Amino acid sequence: MQAELKHGARESREMMLGSDAIAHGVRLCRPAVISAYPITPQTHIIETLSEMVDTGELQSQFIKVESEMSAIAACLGAVSAGSRSFTATSSHGLAMMHEILHWFSGARMPLVMVNANRALGAPWNIWCDQSDSMSQRDVGWLQLYCETAQEALDSIILAYWLSEQIMLPVMVMIDGFILSHTMEQLLLPSQREVDAFLPPYRPAIFLDPENPKTFCAAAAADNFYQLKKAIAATMETAETLLAEGYALFAGRFGRSYGHVEPYCCDDAEVVFCCAGALSGTVRVAVDQLRQEGHRIGLVKLRLFRPFPGAALIRLLAGTKRLVVLNRSVSFGAAGTIAQELRAAFYREDCRPQIHDVIISLGGKEVFPATIREIALRAAELSPTESIWIG
Amino acid sequence: MLWNVTTTEYLTSGHMACPGCGASLSLRHALKVLGGQTIVVLPACCMSIIAGAFPSSAFSVPLLHVPFATAAACASGVRRSLLAQGKKGVSVMVWAGDGGTFDIGLQALSGAAERHEDFIYVCYDNEAYMNTGIQRSSATPQGAWTTTTPAGKELQYEKKDVIAIVKAHAPAYLATANIAYPDDFMAKFERARDLSGFRFLHLLSACPPGWKIDSSEALHISRLAVETGIFPLLEQDEEKNLRLTYVPQSWLPVAAYFQAQGRFKGLAEEDIDFLQQETERKIAAYG
Repeated sequence: MQAELKHGARESREMMLGSDAIAHGVRLCRPAVISAYPITPQTHIIETLSEMVDTGELQSQFIKVESEMSAIAACLGAVSAGSRSFTATSSHGLAMMHEILHWFSGARMPLVMVNANRALGAPWNIWCDQSDSMSQRDVGWLQLYCETAQEALDSIILAYWLSEQIMLPVMVMIDGFILSHTMEQLLLPSQREVDAFLPPYRPAIFLDPENPKTFCAAAAADNFYQLKKAIAATMETAETLLAEGYALFAGRFGRSYGHVEPYCCDDAEVVFCCAGALSGTVRVAVDQLRQEGHRIGLVKLRLFRPFPGAALIRLLAGTKRLVVLNRSVSFGAAGTIAQELRAAFYREDCRPQIHDVIISLGGKEVFPATIREIALRAAELSPTESIWIG
Repeated sequence: MLWNVTTTEYLTSGHMACPGCGASLSLRHALKVLGGQTIVVLPACCMSIIAGAFPSSAFSVPLLHVPFATAAACASGVRRSLLAQGKKGVSVMVWAGDGGTFDIGLQALSGAAERHEDFIYVCYDNEAYMNTGIQRSSATPQGAWTTTTPAGKELQYEKKDVIAIVKAHAPAYLATANIAYPDDFMAKFERARDLSGFRFLHLLSACPPGWKIDSSEALHISRLAVETGIFPLLEQDEEKNLRLTYVPQSWLPVAAYFQAQGRFKGLAEEDIDFLQQETERKIAAYG
């Protein structure tokens, strides 16, 4: 009641820190259990949530665990027992969770986790880098990358909506510091509106003494294979379902999203592709370049797992040059997003030249001027080697 | 005292334990005390296999298999989930081996104990990594042969005092038990069941292949562990001090315990003398 009064029955316009926006997104989804361990730059998210729990603004069990591995494991226990849960992490914390990330998807447990993208050591580095989440691409979690705090807030609501239907966990990414520690004006949905969009979590089976079941038992090859195949099949359907979610969300909240979001792409000769807040920087550069008469565009990649290859092919088949800006690298191969795009276009007759640019690891700043320089010299970029800029 | 044991089986026949397995016998009786309103959280250990492979299960209470290092954290999540839903009257029990407790699971155990999470943590201690084929754990006693302490000639390390570690967290309940003493065993599970907060039970759990004994000897040797003072039966009293719940008329020499098991074949006489003194010293500390 108090919370309803404080935040009002209707959407409100608020100026807030990215981390706080995320905490409000989580609050609106009413997780019954939150379990988390602090790590820079995620810390503000869980601090704000613990304050919300303390004031009663959010009715939730908050488990202050002793490690990230326990944070996600406690969520596993909580979801298995039938409660919607939440955790957030970053960098080394995500790496420490790796084993349980596999377990979560294999167990078909829904969860939403926010990851504030940050570099992994050595050497120590707390700044933005997407290597942490990109290196978790094979664990069976859906991955959404956000450009703004508004997008992150909305994505959390959408992520719960999706996760509990397909019974797979979803990771929502924000670029550390760039989104987590900056202020943004955004529209905060009301609890009533979110309740109408997101039904309570009511799993068909859970740890219930009245209906005892064994969860995650050993499985021999045949059953194991079938269960993993089912995850792959569900991933195939996730894109369609999420697109339905976007449409429903747009109908209720007026903000629309896509798996891939084109900007000035229709006649573009050079199109940039990237994920996360870097898209904002590229937008500024694209605007400048367009004013100068250059045909430059941007494709923002929101969904990374499942990889929206078909959508990208539809969008970019006629493009001459695709410059992929990777905030992560797979050593010995290429930038992570570039690899995915090359794989997606492999069977296409008509495909762009894909340039793999590694940029901004460990928080190295990217300015619109850098993007402008890359755009103007795109034809000179090596088509085969990774290009390290910065 | 004769315990009024229910005929209901929560660990059913058809499970995959070796003959003479102390862990399955202990679990069967523990669940009889806790009853059907129990949720079990099970990290990687022998019992992960004993419980049966999908689509079968030997458990007729809800069971959650979890990764090795996470039992106490998962159990914390289960309990908080029940709390959030306002569900009462359900026992949550971790059933972990010595590896999942003394070693890889110790951090999560400490975290849950320090937060006073409301569940029962049971360590069934067969004194080595038996599921993977008898490798040394930090619960392996000095001088015991394992596949990673092959010579059995050096005493190697002292068994980690997990009871002291858990005691330092001021748990709501702390006890050791051994199914060779069923009345004591079941009374302790009943006390643990009826309390709330973090409760810890350390069970010595005979493993015939790992201890190199005949299956028919499992209970006899478990009994010897208590009668010699190797594994004293303890319980935390109201002042949170540990006291013996069973004192034999006279303690047997530890040699009786060691000589009955193939795993201690490498012990020299002076080692046994040394371990005798150590055992006496430890027993005296419990007054």
